[in-house]
Amino acid sequence: MSPSRLLSILLILPALVVLLALFVYPLGFSVVSAFTDRSGAATLENFHTAFTTYRSDLIFTPAIVGLSSLLIAVLAIAIGGYLTLGENRAAVRILGAVYRWPLFIPFIVAAQCMRTFLGRNGMMNNSLMALGVLDPAQAQSFLDWRGIVITFVWKQAPFVTLMVAGAMASLDRSTIDAARNLGASRLRTLLEIVVPQVRDTLYVGLILSFVVMMSVLSVPAMIASDSPTMITRDMAWRIEQLGDYHTANALGFVSYLMTGLVAWFYLRATMRERAGR
Amino acid sequence: MSARKSVLLWLPRAAALLLFAWFIFGPLSNLLIWSVAERWFFPNRLPSQWGFRWWEYVFRPQGQAMQSLWLSIWIAVLTTVVCLVLSIPAGLALARGRLPWRTLLLLLFLLPQAFPNLPIYISIAQIFYTLNLNGTVLGVVLVHASHGLVYSVWITTAAFAAVDPELENAARNIGATPTRTFLNISLPLAAPGIMASAIFVFLESLDEFTGSYFVGAPEVRTLPLLLYTAAAGGSIQVASISALILLVPSIAFMFVVERFLKADVLAKVGR
Repeated sequence: MSPSRLLSILLILPALVVLLALFVYPLGFSVVSAFTDRSGAATLENFHTAFTTYRSDLIFTPAIVGLSSLLIAVLAIAIGGYLTLGENRAAVRILGAVYRWPLFIPFIVAAQCMRTFLGRNGMMNNSLMALGVLDPAQAQSFLDWRGIVITFVWKQAPFVTLMVAGAMASLDRSTIDAARNLGASRLRTLLEIVVPQVRDTLYVGLILSFVVMMSVLSVPAMIASDSPTMITRDMAWRIEQLGDYHTANALGFVSYLMTGLVAWFYLRATMRERAGR
Repeated sequence: MSARKSVLLWLPRAAALLLFAWFIFGPLSNLLIWSVAERWFFPNRLPSQWGFRWWEYVFRPQGQAMQSLWLSIWIAVLTTVVCLVLSIPAGLALARGRLPWRTLLLLLFLLPQAFPNLPIYISIAQIFYTLNLNGTVLGVVLVHASHGLVYSVWITTAAFAAVDPELENAARNIGATPTRTFLNISLPLAAPGIMASAIFVFLESLDEFTGSYFVGAPEVRTLPLLLYTAAAGGSIQVASISALILLVPSIAFMFVVERFLKADVLAKVGR
């Protein structure tokens, strides 16, 4: 059954109208607002305010998200690699059952968990002290930018791992077996045979979670509300306290640029690879 | 292999697994303990008084949490209905129809996932303010639907694409009308995928914070907003119990997701 051209257009039209009204129009609205003042005249003043007031947060935001992405990539490769190459079936099954728990847990719940876990009197410090690893006098709270990184890794690593482990599972086993038979260690097999073949999936997973992390308000607001924090927190503060939508939108425009830059690097890398083949 | 050697092999592996499990489950257990802690002061490692007093407080019939929970579920149901009504026809057109610029249209529906959505929500809130939609259930449903459409359109398209066209042709050949073919063949076969997208949209709406914060608060107080207010107000127990309520559907979905999203549908996503 294939609907005619006119019917197809009619079928997709309502969804398209909603997308244009609730995404494309507000997107344009926010860009225009970033470059205008309250009277509607064009200006760059909003960016000046944004860069002078939130300089450290504008640096910490990509640093936090970049460091989180790096740690997520390492964890995803390590877990996915063990699930694919691990020889102890019990350990593989336990790991497979444990790693995915945070997958669908909402960010705000993850933030609340971490608020209790990472605090000075939280379970993390308590367990380290019980093990004798940490001196109680040196216990410190991790509820700052480091807490944001830990929460992001906890929440997003399962998502990227799920994608990467899926791609690894559908690889042709013969290349892996050949490398193993020729005497390559499992680590070398993982890094030289498996990872290059799932690199595209890894990049897509990382970019998706990069954009998600750039959008989250609850984690910076609940874990590190003081500077240095993320610009999502500053945008919300600007609107709540000052009703200043223009500077908030200027910060928003910068966050579009940051994700756009990452997407551009990815596209350029894949294009170059395609051309090289 | 000697017994000593196998212990030497097992020990680091078990230690690494244990450390990882602690990293995953530690924050969750800390939340669980706080929900039943009536007194817990520094430097005690565990609460000095346990009990369900705060659970009674949260679940008392006139309590705000119950109102917020029902409101959140109601908004999530409405969002799911809106998304399905929009994306079942759109998915059918994208999978089976003759559309000009089909790839471009499919990519267009991915856009909300490609931009940080907080500034978008700020602008929606400004636009809704002039339309008197701020602080209304309809406004919050529309914001949630704008985000949910990404999942519902993409998964519904994949679900219809995974249906074998031969089955539809067979039905048409023995005289079924296009509508009947759709209702009796395509829709039932695509149902598990559509169901998966519905659950995705429902959960996304139930858990959504940023959009509700700008468009709904303070009039429309969903459960995530209540959690945030309780946490900001220093009521750790109320925040922890609200978080646990939100946790149950997410964990349940993790266990069943593979039953709904089969490999044949996943392979068609984005094609």
